[in-house]
Amino acid sequence: MGLNFSLLIVAALILAVFLGVEALGLSFLFGVIIPYLAIATFIIGFILKVVKWAKAPVPFRITTTSGQQKSLPWIKDNKIDNPATTSWTMVRMALEVLFFRSLFKNTKAELVDGKKLTYQWEKWLWLAGLVFHWSFLIVVVRHFRLFLEPVPAFVTLIGKIDGFFMVDLQNVYITGVLLLAAVTFLFIRRVLIPQVRYISLAADYFPLFVIMGIATTGILMKYFYRVDVVSIKELTVGLFSFNPVIPEGVSVLFYIHLFLVCTLISYIPFSKLMHMGGIFLSPTRNMPNNSRAERHINPWNYPVKVHTYAEYEDEFRDKMRAAGLPLDRESSEAEAAATKE
Amino acid sequence: MAKLPKTDELLRINFQPPKTGWQETPVDFKPGTWLYAGKAESLETLGLANPRQWSPEDEDWKLPENWKEIILEGLRERLGKFRSLQLFMDTCVRCGACADKCHFYLGSGDPKNMPVLRAELLRSVYRKDFTTAGKIFGKFAGARELTPAVLKEWFYYFFQCTECRRCSVFCPYGIDTAEITMIGRELLNLVGLNIDWVVTPVANCYKKGNHLGIQPHGLVDSFEMLTDDIADITGVQLDLSFNRKGAEVLFIPPSGDVFADPGTHSLMGQLMLLHEIGLDYTLSTYASEGGNFGLFTSHEMMKRLNSKMYAEAKRLGVKWILGGECGHMWRVINQYMDTMNGPTDFLELPVSPITGTRFENTKSTKMVHITEFTADLIQNNKIKLDPSRNDKHIVTYHDSCNPARAMGLLEEPRYILKNVCNNFYEMPDETIREKTFCCGGGAGLGADENMEMRMRGGLPRANAVKYVHEKHGVNMLSCVCAIDRAVLPPLMHYWVPDVNVCGVHELVGNALVMKGEKKREESLRFEPIGTEEDNDV
Repeated sequence: MGLNFSLLIVAALILAVFLGVEALGLSFLFGVIIPYLAIATFIIGFILKVVKWAKAPVPFRITTTSGQQKSLPWIKDNKIDNPATTSWTMVRMALEVLFFRSLFKNTKAELVDGKKLTYQWEKWLWLAGLVFHWSFLIVVVRHFRLFLEPVPAFVTLIGKIDGFFMVDLQNVYITGVLLLAAVTFLFIRRVLIPQVRYISLAADYFPLFVIMGIATTGILMKYFYRVDVVSIKELTVGLFSFNPVIPEGVSVLFYIHLFLVCTLISYIPFSKLMHMGGIFLSPTRNMPNNSRAERHINPWNYPVKVHTYAEYEDEFRDKMRAAGLPLDRESSEAEAAATKE
Repeated sequence: MAKLPKTDELLRINFQPPKTGWQETPVDFKPGTWLYAGKAESLETLGLANPRQWSPEDEDWKLPENWKEIILEGLRERLGKFRSLQLFMDTCVRCGACADKCHFYLGSGDPKNMPVLRAELLRSVYRKDFTTAGKIFGKFAGARELTPAVLKEWFYYFFQCTECRRCSVFCPYGIDTAEITMIGRELLNLVGLNIDWVVTPVANCYKKGNHLGIQPHGLVDSFEMLTDDIADITGVQLDLSFNRKGAEVLFIPPSGDVFADPGTHSLMGQLMLLHEIGLDYTLSTYASEGGNFGLFTSHEMMKRLNSKMYAEAKRLGVKWILGGECGHMWRVINQYMDTMNGPTDFLELPVSPITGTRFENTKSTKMVHITEFTADLIQNNKIKLDPSRNDKHIVTYHDSCNPARAMGLLEEPRYILKNVCNNFYEMPDETIREKTFCCGGGAGLGADENMEMRMRGGLPRANAVKYVHEKHGVNMLSCVCAIDRAVLPPLMHYWVPDVNVCGVHELVGNALVMKGEKKREESLRFEPIGTEEDNDV
């Protein structure tokens, strides 16, 4: 259900741009107004969400420890997976954010012969995830050549490296292909693995279809339909320099591409795609496991009802005396007061 | 009580998800897979909401009229108090990496035991009432209404999670199902939904100082039985002290070890060791529980029970605290105690009076784990050990969830084991250390009425034991957790009948050469010492 629903929505979005631009001539809407709205939604929504998270306190130090703690000096501690200091925690976080270290450990369990549980290293999800995210990042950076004039040197360099391979005498950006391949893998995996399919919501398929659409239209424009890059750059540079223009000769394919990008970025703040911000705040990963050495403060720590020793002794005084246990008082406060009178 | 299926029957696990979507599949309270409801009396002792007689099997759970309002308000409050909860609700991408990391999923095939889906049970309600997308798109955004059926599902599955945190090791965002389960249980408690195997120990602990509800004189008697046994076995008479002011150290073991085998043997080993090195320590009858079932109830309840440790340390004027072999106890001590009930300005930095070692890693909490303490003694050659006395044991080590994943106490017990026994083999890498599998009965799920689910949840652990049993002849599963010592013996009996269970310090007690001891002929279990062959001669 989620799959069909998402596919339908994405198809409708594409159709909307096509009709909008081709039949109704709404180039300004799709080329200027919607992009500005999307960027604003993305920036404001992202910030609001992160601020909302950041405003919630972290009452306890609930680090997930994945290695030996720092205890006795002669026992070698695992500084990365069980960091005791902030700097090693940053190393742990960096490996998590840049290389998906936890996912790298992924295993696949299987019940063999109906009685033996085995665990195999499952690297494909990690690999596809890593390829997907890195490719996406490089593709985004590469696109800065279309937004900025002059083009920064590092953007040109990345483009050169990325386009090192030639196919049919034409430079092919490897990341574009990898992005489409990885997102397709993630989709197929979601559909084919029964458990993953079972947990999947429309919200899981939707971004996959949008990204597939973005990558596909991008590849079509670059290698197959050969759109007019000069006029596209005129439009995008116009957007980024706040002098929006709609040049002649911009292909509808570009408007579809752009609209899907707008859909994606404005969807981010309201969806699971916020994991890109969330990972940095994750309390099981971003704190050192040093709460026995340094006191962690809970801002809302409040007094609770406890059963005091005095109450305990009052209840068990006679039994404690008979068992030869030392007592703080020979009789309860109430009894003592009564005796005085 | 439900009849436990045979092992081959239990092994017929269907991993194929049902035809109906999970939101359309109602929970089935199958006997043997859930726990009895909390007794009204215990709820009253603790001042918990809605004390009454009820059973999860009943159609009507006798909820307060405004139960839905209470739960949603409780959720709102907790979203404001725990960044973890907000993030864990918002950031999951449902990649499924956690799915087959859960022992309950591996043992049952029930998709709602996949950590991701367990969290979705709460997330779906969160979306409906707390997110823009959920409010607008409803079901398409994965949102659903909180209904009595949803609440029943929460009850079943949040009391079918042992808060072991194995999934959180693998999650790319560090989403910790234990946190979700803990908060889920907190919400359930707001309307009087809890299990008796948790809430009655909590009430006992609150009033009497320990989960088992042993009164002070009974506790003294129980310890005397242990010292009598020690005297019989070693010829050495131990002199214990209770509630003694001015002792250097307060020693707090879990109460389970005072009463039931094989925990008693492990506690005997600890008492023998502390006697042998002449540590100036006292036990307390008021703070006579290392464990903390409050952790399985709510953060507030955890704090209420935990407060006794520091209160008693302060009253007795000790310098620092030594804690026994217990699993979840150490999650509380490592990650909650100082934050909740500190600061500990009345205590001093723990220093071993025997070795002079300063336990700098505990400089704020001032509480040392017994295996840290013992490992330090061994490393400094302060105790004499004869590992051959454990030769008939071929030992492996089960990392308890909390010391492994909420502390990282991995090498200390292993170092001790390698010094007190000659035959030690590790289970496969994927089943130990931070990847260790739960015993199936943690987080308060060790009740006998839950036996089928315990055997299912314990399957991955038992399977790994079976592997080393067949490969190396392992016959002893050691651990540092009182819940393990209570629930692993039936688990082994069911899946790997030839393997026994012991605490690490039972083996220490066996190997420990004490001043003035008689020739040891019996182990702490009153079994002949030495290998089978020795005994045949």
